Amino acid sequence: MTEVQDSVFDADIHAKAKEIISRYPQSRSALLPMLHLVQSVQGHVSQEGIAFCGKHLDLTDAEVSAVATFYTMYKRKPCGEHLLSVCTNTLCAAMGGDAIYRKLQEHLGAEGKPLGHEATAGTPGEPGSITLEHAECLAACDLAPVLQVNYEFYDNQTEQSAVELVDALQRGEKPAPTRGAPLTDLKSAELQLAGFFPEDAERFAADVDGPSAATETLRGAALAQERGWVAPPMREENA
Amino acid sequence: MSTADPVTPVLTKRWLSPNSWRLSVYEQLEGYTAVKKALSKPPEQIVALVKDAGLRGRGGAGFPAGVKWSFMPQNEEKRHYLVINADEGEPGTCKDIPLMMADPHSLIEGCVIAAYAMRSHHCFIYVRGEVLHCIRRLHAAVREAYDAGYLGKDILGSGFDLDITVHAGAGAYICGEETALLDSLEGRRGQPRLKPPFPAAAGLYAAPTTVNNVETIATVPFIVNGGSDWFREMGTEKSPGPKIFSISGHVERPGQYEAPLGTTLRELLELAGGMKDGVPLKFWTPGGSSTPMFTAEHLDVPLDFEGAAEAGSMLGTTAVMVFNETVSVPWAVMKWTQFYEHESCGKCTPCREGTYWLAQVLERMVEGKGTEEDIDTLLDVCDNILGRSFCALGDGAVSPITSGIQYFRDEFLALCETNKSKQSESALVGAQA
Repeated sequence: MTEVQDSVFDADIHAKAKEIISRYPQSRSALLPMLHLVQSVQGHVSQEGIAFCGKHLDLTDAEVSAVATFYTMYKRKPCGEHLLSVCTNTLCAAMGGDAIYRKLQEHLGAEGKPLGHEATAGTPGEPGSITLEHAECLAACDLAPVLQVNYEFYDNQTEQSAVELVDALQRGEKPAPTRGAPLTDLKSAELQLAGFFPEDAERFAADVDGPSAATETLRGAALAQERGWVAPPMREENA
Repeated sequence: MSTADPVTPVLTKRWLSPNSWRLSVYEQLEGYTAVKKALSKPPEQIVALVKDAGLRGRGGAGFPAGVKWSFMPQNEEKRHYLVINADEGEPGTCKDIPLMMADPHSLIEGCVIAAYAMRSHHCFIYVRGEVLHCIRRLHAAVREAYDAGYLGKDILGSGFDLDITVHAGAGAYICGEETALLDSLEGRRGQPRLKPPFPAAAGLYAAPTTVNNVETIATVPFIVNGGSDWFREMGTEKSPGPKIFSISGHVERPGQYEAPLGTTLRELLELAGGMKDGVPLKFWTPGGSSTPMFTAEHLDVPLDFEGAAEAGSMLGTTAVMVFNETVSVPWAVMKWTQFYEHESCGKCTPCREGTYWLAQVLERMVEGKGTEEDIDTLLDVCDNILGRSFCALGDGAVSPITSGIQYFRDEFLALCETNKSKQSESALVGAQA
């Protein structure tokens, strides 16, 4: 493969692309993480990003585009500093998710027009800019209604808490997720989805130790402990 | 029927411990003791043990895990692969993500045992992309496991090698279908493959492959430690073991409750503090939106694979979504149908076109512009999708509609009543106004 350096992706990103390929028995398996990698640079999958993946994996632009357009998480337009995803699948919607989404559409809209799905409030890439989307089930139904910022969970939301969250993001603040690591931005999240985590051990440990033990998650186990309920004991010869 | 306690924390027991995701905590709580036992036995013995335990797949289909493993070739002419389906996305389902966040090492230990049993040296964990914290925890846990010698070359001096690669998806419900998952893992659009050949014959890279759900594999270390008789002390004869019931919606205390298979909704509601604010139950799903809905008549259906099927639904993922009287069934069905329309991969015509038209008919009905004939149209389209689609997504898409109409036809009819006076002007579905 030719070592073409382009203006968008620097040597470090090319090196990371090669590292992704090395994880798999066959190079093409690297395509999904590599698309996350290009999003970590540009905040979306651009034509340059498509060409970058194609070059590394010996695929045509058409082959890469066919994959990139199939998956919801690959964005074809520049995104905001933050991606805000509101679950509007049935359960969350019934618990308030639809109302939250509508409220945020209005709140982030301009000139009396609500913000559309995958549209951005502010200038994409600029601090405080937010891309809004409605999302399908995010696997947190016991904590409904949920939303995510850069794929970190904000559980048990209300219209008011969601508006407060958005206002804080627009002011440049980074409110901590209910479950997840300290908030960064969409590009940093995409780098992690490509499999690259902070090299600084302390920083990584702090991210990993970000909260996850929601009351709801632990309810069954806590109830059992309170009532003295247990699974049958394992027998000695096995244990 | 088991005489076990109402809640039987096995998989969920460690979750209460602070920093339960760390290796040091896992090791203090019997972690990585099962793998030591397993690696000292011949692989066939592990397969037999899992078969004897009667462990059935926790991803929805309920196929016996040990039987699935036994389909893998005994030789190693080609590389074998173990692929973990962690693409949890079935609406209502929220058990694997908390499991991997709270106790990732139980999955990793299960992977080592399962891979050893089926002679695989490379395991992939395919996690949906939208759950970054879970992916982060898995990466950290895999790293810890390598450093401690539970992964890599010559694990614990047994001579067995295993690598685990954590792979993040990119937002596609269809990738929870095992062959679509394999296509996606090969760097393609996630579309299902024709079966046969089944993955055990030609799976990832056309090599022998087993795809198992997270909860299934995380259960394996406990079976190795406790034995098959212990496992069968929970649950029912054909559906043994504990299962994480994820209760969501209009209940007082939604959450994860690990109870023996065969537990009923009446019992689960007691655990979850009953219906929220006392508003009566209207409908619920036993295991996600693809499992036909139940009503208050089904409070005493035993929630195991047989019980749910006999009552006309499926156990699915035991994602128990509970809806009270305030929720309109046609609206809920429309929302689910919009989901299936969005997630249909486009490979086969019945599902691609069918979900597209179903969503439009339902949207029209919910807007109060439907007619009685729309109900027949819905059922007719469903009939042309069920069993005629390439994979189970199509079958799942019709479940809410057919069961919704079966139990709540009057509500669909009531929507049409409001429109009766102006029926003559009703537009064709899809026609531009």
